[in-house]
Amino acid sequence: MDGTSAEWRSYVNFRSPFDPCPARVKWYDVPPAVTYPVQKSARKQFAPQEALRKGTLWPEYDSPYPPV
Amino acid sequence: MSETTESLPKAYYQYLQELQAIDFVLVDLTLYLDTHPDDEQALAQFKQFQKRKHNLMTQFESAFGPLYHYGLSPATGASWAWSETPWPWQV
Amino acid sequence: MLAKMLIEQYGGADGELSAALRYLNQRYSIPDKVIGLLTDIGTEEFAHLEMIATMVYKLTKDATPEQLREAGLGDHYVNHGYSLFYHDAAGNPWTAAYIASKGDPIADLYEDIAAEEKARATYQWIIDNTDDPDIKDSLRFLREREVIHSLRFREAVEILKEYQGSKKVF
Repeated sequence: MDGTSAEWRSYVNFRSPFDPCPARVKWYDVPPAVTYPVQKSARKQFAPQEALRKGTLWPEYDSPYPPV
Repeated sequence: MSETTESLPKAYYQYLQELQAIDFVLVDLTLYLDTHPDDEQALAQFKQFQKRKHNLMTQFESAFGPLYHYGLSPATGASWAWSETPWPWQV
Repeated sequence: MLAKMLIEQYGGADGELSAALRYLNQRYSIPDKVIGLLTDIGTEEFAHLEMIATMVYKLTKDATPEQLREAGLGDHYVNHGYSLFYHDAAGNPWTAAYIASKGDPIADLYEDIAAEEKARATYQWIIDNTDDPDIKDSLRFLREREVIHSLRFREAVEILKEYQGSKKVF
Protein backbone atom coordinates (compact mmCIF):
# COMPACT_ATOMS: atom_id res chain seq x y z
CA MET A 1 0.00 0.00 0.00
CA ASP A 2 2.14 2.89 -1.19
CA GLY A 3 -0.68 5.29 -1.90
CA THR A 4 -0.80 4.54 -5.61
CA SER A 5 -4.50 3.87 -5.23
CA ALA A 6 -6.28 7.19 -4.97
CA GLU A 7 -9.04 5.86 -2.71
CA TRP A 8 -6.74 4.97 0.21
CA ARG A 9 -5.84 7.44 2.97
CA SER A 10 -3.01 7.19 5.46
CA TYR A 11 -2.58 8.54 8.97
CA VAL A 12 -0.12 8.42 11.84
CA ASN A 13 -1.53 9.16 15.28
CA PHE A 14 0.21 10.88 18.19
CA ARG A 15 2.93 8.68 19.63
CA SER A 16 4.12 9.03 23.22
CA PRO A 17 7.88 9.47 23.70
CA PHE A 18 7.60 6.54 26.14
CA ASP A 19 6.04 4.34 23.50
CA PRO A 20 8.45 1.44 22.84
CA CYS A 21 6.85 0.71 19.46
CA PRO A 22 7.96 2.56 16.33
CA ALA A 23 5.38 4.74 14.61
CA ARG A 24 3.34 2.84 12.11
CA VAL A 25 1.42 4.29 9.20
CA LYS A 26 -2.21 3.13 9.15
CA TRP A 27 -4.45 3.04 6.13
CA TYR A 28 -8.15 3.13 5.44
CA ASP A 29 -10.29 2.89 2.36
CA VAL A 30 -12.61 5.57 1.06
CA PRO A 31 -14.49 3.43 -1.48
CA PRO A 32 -15.83 5.01 -4.69
CA ALA A 33 -19.44 4.78 -3.42
CA VAL A 34 -18.48 7.24 -0.68
CA THR A 35 -16.74 9.65 -3.06
CA TYR A 36 -19.41 9.39 -5.78
CA PRO A 37 -22.64 8.43 -4.00
CA VAL A 38 -24.77 8.81 -7.13
CA GLN A 39 -23.95 7.04 -10.40
CA LYS A 40 -24.18 9.54 -13.25
CA SER A 41 -24.10 7.29 -16.27
CA ALA A 42 -24.31 3.64 -17.30
CA ARG A 43 -22.27 4.14 -20.44
CA LYS A 44 -18.86 2.95 -19.28
CA GLN A 45 -18.97 -0.80 -18.63
CA PHE A 46 -16.73 -3.84 -18.31
CA ALA A 47 -17.33 -6.71 -20.71
CA PRO A 48 -19.46 -9.46 -19.07
CA GLN A 49 -16.60 -11.87 -18.22
CA GLU A 50 -14.46 -9.04 -16.89
CA ALA A 51 -17.39 -7.68 -14.86
CA LEU A 52 -17.94 -11.12 -13.30
CA ARG A 53 -14.29 -11.28 -12.28
CA LYS A 54 -14.28 -7.75 -10.85
CA GLY A 55 -17.63 -7.98 -9.08
CA THR A 56 -19.07 -4.97 -10.87
CA LEU A 57 -20.17 -3.84 -14.30
CA TRP A 58 -19.03 -0.28 -13.60
CA PRO A 59 -15.35 0.72 -13.98
CA GLU A 60 -15.98 3.93 -12.01
CA TYR A 61 -16.95 1.84 -8.98
CA ASP A 62 -14.27 -0.80 -9.27
CA SER A 63 -12.38 -0.85 -5.98
CA PRO A 64 -9.57 -3.42 -6.03
CA TYR A 65 -8.39 -5.01 -2.78
CA PRO A 66 -5.59 -5.14 -1.85
CA PRO A 67 -5.21 -1.75 -3.57
CA VAL A 68 -3.09 -1.69 -6.70
CA MET B 1 -16.53 -45.82 0.61
CA SER B 2 -18.45 -45.42 -2.56
CA GLU B 3 -17.28 -42.70 -4.87
CA THR B 4 -19.65 -40.76 -7.06
CA THR B 5 -17.00 -38.87 -8.95
CA GLU B 6 -18.12 -38.34 -12.49
CA SER B 7 -16.41 -36.06 -14.86
CA LEU B 8 -18.73 -33.50 -16.35
CA PRO B 9 -18.28 -32.57 -20.00
CA LYS B 10 -16.26 -29.46 -20.74
CA ALA B 11 -19.31 -27.83 -22.28
CA TYR B 12 -21.07 -27.98 -18.88
CA TYR B 13 -18.50 -25.64 -17.38
CA GLN B 14 -18.34 -23.43 -20.47
CA TYR B 15 -22.11 -22.96 -20.44
CA LEU B 16 -22.16 -22.27 -16.71
CA GLN B 17 -19.33 -19.78 -16.97
CA GLU B 18 -21.06 -17.90 -19.76
CA LEU B 19 -24.42 -17.99 -17.98
CA GLN B 20 -22.74 -16.71 -14.84
CA ALA B 21 -21.33 -13.72 -16.72
CA ILE B 22 -24.64 -12.88 -18.44
CA ASP B 23 -26.55 -13.36 -15.18
CA PHE B 24 -24.10 -11.10 -13.42
CA VAL B 25 -24.61 -8.31 -15.95
CA LEU B 26 -28.36 -8.67 -15.35
CA VAL B 27 -27.86 -8.51 -11.57
CA ASP B 28 -25.77 -5.36 -11.67
CA LEU B 29 -28.00 -3.72 -14.30
CA THR B 30 -31.04 -4.55 -12.16
CA LEU B 31 -29.65 -2.64 -9.19
CA TYR B 32 -28.75 0.27 -11.47
CA LEU B 33 -32.28 0.34 -12.92
CA ASP B 34 -33.77 0.18 -9.41
CA THR B 35 -32.32 3.63 -8.76
CA HIS B 36 -32.35 4.87 -12.40
CA PRO B 37 -35.72 3.61 -13.71
CA ASP B 38 -35.86 6.24 -16.47
CA ASP B 39 -32.61 5.28 -18.22
CA GLU B 40 -33.99 3.92 -21.49
CA GLN B 41 -30.63 2.89 -22.86
CA ALA B 42 -29.88 0.76 -19.78
CA LEU B 43 -33.35 -0.77 -20.02
CA ALA B 44 -32.73 -1.66 -23.67
CA GLN B 45 -29.45 -3.32 -22.69
CA PHE B 46 -31.26 -5.22 -19.94
CA LYS B 47 -33.76 -6.59 -22.44
CA GLN B 48 -31.01 -7.62 -24.81
CA PHE B 49 -29.15 -9.52 -22.08
CA GLN B 50 -32.40 -11.08 -20.94
CA LYS B 51 -32.72 -12.61 -24.41
CA ARG B 52 -29.13 -13.87 -24.32
CA LYS B 53 -29.76 -15.43 -20.91
CA HIS B 54 -32.91 -17.10 -22.10
CA ASN B 55 -31.19 -18.61 -25.14
CA LEU B 56 -28.28 -19.90 -23.09
CA MET B 57 -30.62 -21.29 -20.44
CA THR B 58 -32.63 -23.18 -23.03
CA GLN B 59 -29.49 -24.73 -24.48
CA PHE B 60 -28.04 -25.63 -21.08
CA GLU B 61 -31.27 -27.09 -19.77
CA SER B 62 -31.87 -29.30 -22.78
CA ALA B 63 -28.34 -30.69 -22.38
CA PHE B 64 -27.91 -30.85 -18.59
CA GLY B 65 -31.26 -30.49 -16.84
CA PRO B 66 -33.18 -27.79 -15.00
CA LEU B 67 -31.57 -24.64 -13.60
CA TYR B 68 -34.65 -23.32 -11.77
CA HIS B 69 -37.40 -24.83 -9.70
CA TYR B 70 -41.12 -24.07 -9.17
CA GLY B 71 -41.92 -24.45 -12.85
CA LEU B 72 -39.50 -21.85 -14.17
CA SER B 73 -37.55 -24.52 -16.05
CA PRO B 74 -39.28 -26.90 -18.46
CA ALA B 75 -40.01 -30.35 -17.03
CA THR B 76 -38.73 -32.59 -19.80
CA GLY B 77 -38.27 -36.33 -19.74
CA ALA B 78 -40.24 -38.99 -17.93
CA SER B 79 -38.75 -38.56 -14.45
CA TRP B 80 -38.36 -35.69 -11.98
CA ALA B 81 -34.98 -34.23 -12.93
CA TRP B 82 -34.75 -31.64 -10.12
CA SER B 83 -33.43 -34.16 -7.62
CA GLU B 84 -30.62 -35.32 -9.88
CA THR B 85 -27.07 -34.20 -9.14
CA PRO B 86 -24.88 -32.28 -9.36
CA TRP B 87 -25.81 -29.21 -7.33
CA PRO B 88 -23.91 -25.98 -7.91
CA TRP B 89 -21.77 -26.35 -4.78
CA GLN B 90 -20.66 -29.84 -5.84
CA VAL B 91 -19.22 -29.12 -9.26
CA MET C 1 -8.32 -21.72 9.84
CA LEU C 2 -9.74 -20.08 6.71
CA ALA C 3 -13.07 -21.92 7.03
CA LYS C 4 -13.36 -20.68 10.59
CA MET C 5 -12.84 -17.08 9.47
CA LEU C 6 -15.27 -17.43 6.58
CA ILE C 7 -17.98 -18.49 9.03
CA GLU C 8 -17.96 -14.86 10.23
CA GLN C 9 -19.63 -13.91 6.94
CA TYR C 10 -22.10 -16.80 7.25
CA GLY C 11 -23.60 -16.30 10.69
CA GLY C 12 -21.79 -13.22 11.98
CA ALA C 13 -23.21 -9.78 12.77
CA ASP C 14 -22.22 -8.24 9.44
CA GLY C 15 -22.48 -11.48 7.51
CA GLU C 16 -24.63 -12.36 4.53
CA LEU C 17 -27.49 -13.90 6.54
CA SER C 18 -27.84 -10.74 8.58
CA ALA C 19 -27.77 -8.66 5.42
CA ALA C 20 -30.43 -10.69 3.58
CA LEU C 21 -32.81 -10.73 6.54
CA ARG C 22 -32.22 -7.06 7.35
CA TYR C 23 -33.19 -5.82 3.88
CA LEU C 24 -36.02 -8.24 3.19
CA ASN C 25 -37.58 -7.37 6.55
CA GLN C 26 -37.31 -3.61 6.07
CA ARG C 27 -39.10 -3.82 2.71
CA TYR C 28 -42.58 -3.79 4.20
CA SER C 29 -42.39 -0.38 5.81
CA ILE C 30 -40.17 1.48 3.33
CA PRO C 31 -41.64 3.81 0.64
CA ASP C 32 -42.66 2.06 -2.60
CA LYS C 33 -39.86 3.62 -4.63
CA VAL C 34 -37.13 1.65 -2.87
CA ILE C 35 -38.93 -1.65 -2.13
CA GLY C 36 -37.60 -3.10 -5.38
CA LEU C 37 -34.03 -2.24 -4.46
CA LEU C 38 -34.30 -3.77 -0.97
CA THR C 39 -35.86 -6.90 -2.51
CA ASP C 40 -33.11 -7.26 -5.10
CA ILE C 41 -30.18 -6.64 -2.77
CA GLY C 42 -31.77 -8.84 -0.08
CA THR C 43 -32.07 -11.74 -2.52
CA GLU C 44 -28.55 -11.20 -3.84
CA GLU C 45 -27.28 -11.55 -0.25
CA PHE C 46 -28.81 -15.04 -0.12
CA ALA C 47 -26.76 -15.91 -3.20
CA HIS C 48 -23.67 -14.63 -1.38
CA LEU C 49 -24.65 -16.76 1.62
CA GLU C 50 -24.57 -19.76 -0.72
CA MET C 51 -21.13 -18.75 -1.95
CA ILE C 52 -19.77 -18.59 1.61
CA ALA C 53 -21.44 -21.91 2.42
CA THR C 54 -19.89 -23.49 -0.66
CA MET C 55 -16.43 -22.27 0.30
CA VAL C 56 -16.73 -23.54 3.89
CA TYR C 57 -18.19 -26.85 2.69
CA LYS C 58 -15.39 -27.40 0.18
CA LEU C 59 -12.70 -26.47 2.70
CA THR C 60 -14.01 -28.83 5.40
CA LYS C 61 -15.77 -31.76 3.71
CA ASP C 62 -12.70 -34.00 3.45
CA ALA C 63 -10.89 -32.90 6.60
CA THR C 64 -10.37 -35.41 9.41
CA PRO C 65 -11.66 -34.52 12.88
CA GLU C 66 -8.05 -34.00 13.86
CA GLN C 67 -7.48 -31.54 11.03
CA LEU C 68 -10.64 -29.69 12.00
CA ARG C 69 -9.36 -29.49 15.58
CA GLU C 70 -6.06 -28.05 14.35
CA ALA C 71 -8.01 -25.50 12.31
CA GLY C 72 -9.82 -24.35 15.44
CA LEU C 73 -13.02 -26.13 14.46
CA GLY C 74 -12.92 -28.82 17.14
CA ASP C 75 -15.77 -27.24 19.10
CA HIS C 76 -17.76 -26.85 15.90
CA TYR C 77 -17.25 -30.52 15.03
CA VAL C 78 -18.41 -31.69 18.46
CA ASN C 79 -21.67 -29.78 18.12
CA HIS C 80 -22.33 -29.86 14.38
CA GLY C 81 -20.18 -32.52 12.75
CA TYR C 82 -19.55 -31.61 9.13
CA SER C 83 -22.66 -29.50 8.86
CA LEU C 84 -22.60 -25.75 8.67
CA PHE C 85 -24.19 -23.56 11.30
CA TYR C 86 -25.16 -19.92 11.57
CA HIS C 87 -22.61 -18.64 14.04
CA ASP C 88 -19.70 -16.23 13.84
CA ALA C 89 -15.98 -17.00 13.78
CA ALA C 90 -15.91 -17.08 17.59
CA GLY C 91 -18.86 -19.51 17.76
CA ASN C 92 -21.57 -17.07 18.88
CA PRO C 93 -24.87 -18.22 17.36
CA TRP C 94 -26.61 -15.85 14.96
CA THR C 95 -29.13 -13.59 16.63
CA ALA C 96 -31.82 -11.22 15.38
CA ALA C 97 -30.11 -8.58 17.51
CA TYR C 98 -27.61 -8.27 14.66
CA ILE C 99 -30.17 -6.64 12.44
CA ALA C 100 -32.06 -3.42 12.97
CA SER C 101 -35.38 -2.23 11.70
CA LYS C 102 -36.49 1.12 12.97
CA GLY C 103 -39.40 1.66 10.60
CA ASP C 104 -37.95 5.06 9.73
CA PRO C 105 -36.85 5.05 6.07
CA ILE C 106 -33.80 7.28 6.53
CA ALA C 107 -32.68 5.52 9.72
CA ASP C 108 -33.09 2.13 8.03
CA LEU C 109 -31.19 3.11 4.88
CA TYR C 110 -28.30 4.56 6.90
CA GLU C 111 -28.27 1.32 8.87
CA ASP C 112 -27.99 -0.53 5.56
CA ILE C 113 -25.16 1.69 4.29
CA ALA C 114 -23.28 1.12 7.56
CA ALA C 115 -23.88 -2.64 7.27
CA GLU C 116 -22.40 -2.68 3.76
CA GLU C 117 -19.30 -0.74 4.85
CA LYS C 118 -18.83 -3.11 7.81
CA ALA C 119 -19.17 -6.14 5.57
CA ARG C 120 -16.66 -4.58 3.14
CA ALA C 121 -14.18 -4.10 5.98
CA THR C 122 -14.73 -7.66 7.22
CA TYR C 123 -13.93 -9.00 3.75
CA GLN C 124 -10.73 -6.93 3.75
CA TRP C 125 -9.63 -8.45 7.07
CA ILE C 126 -10.37 -11.98 5.83
CA ILE C 127 -8.52 -11.36 2.52
CA ASP C 128 -5.54 -10.11 4.56
CA ASN C 129 -5.51 -13.48 6.32
CA THR C 130 -5.78 -15.65 3.21
CA ASP C 131 -3.26 -16.98 0.76
CA ASP C 132 -5.60 -19.32 -1.12
CA PRO C 133 -5.81 -17.61 -4.54
CA ASP C 134 -9.26 -18.98 -5.46
CA ILE C 135 -10.84 -18.05 -2.14
CA LYS C 136 -9.20 -14.63 -2.45
CA ASP C 137 -10.82 -14.12 -5.86
CA SER C 138 -14.26 -14.98 -4.49
CA LEU C 139 -13.79 -12.72 -1.46
CA ARG C 140 -12.68 -9.83 -3.66
CA PHE C 141 -15.83 -10.32 -5.71
CA LEU C 142 -17.98 -10.27 -2.58
CA ARG C 143 -16.20 -7.18 -1.23
CA GLU C 144 -16.85 -5.31 -4.47
CA ARG C 145 -20.55 -6.21 -4.25
CA GLU C 146 -20.67 -4.45 -0.86
CA VAL C 147 -19.27 -1.32 -2.53
CA ILE C 148 -22.03 -1.43 -5.15
CA HIS C 149 -24.78 -2.12 -2.59
CA SER C 150 -23.55 0.81 -0.54
CA LEU C 151 -23.79 2.98 -3.67
CA ARG C 152 -27.37 1.88 -4.34
CA PHE C 153 -28.47 2.53 -0.74
CA ARG C 154 -26.90 5.99 -0.93
CA GLU C 155 -28.87 6.61 -4.13
CA ALA C 156 -32.00 5.36 -2.37
CA VAL C 157 -31.50 8.07 0.26
CA GLU C 158 -31.34 10.63 -2.58
CA ILE C 159 -34.57 9.21 -4.04
CA LEU C 160 -36.34 9.56 -0.68
CA LYS C 161 -35.09 13.14 -0.34
CA GLU C 162 -36.84 13.94 -3.63
CA TYR C 163 -39.94 11.85 -2.97
CA GLN C 164 -42.40 14.72 -2.64
CA GLY C 165 -40.85 16.74 -5.45
CA SER C 166 -40.85 16.20 -9.16
CA LYS C 167 -39.38 13.12 -10.77
CA LYS C 168 -35.64 13.32 -10.54
CA VAL C 169 -33.27 12.10 -13.20
CA PHE C 170 -29.72 11.60 -12.04
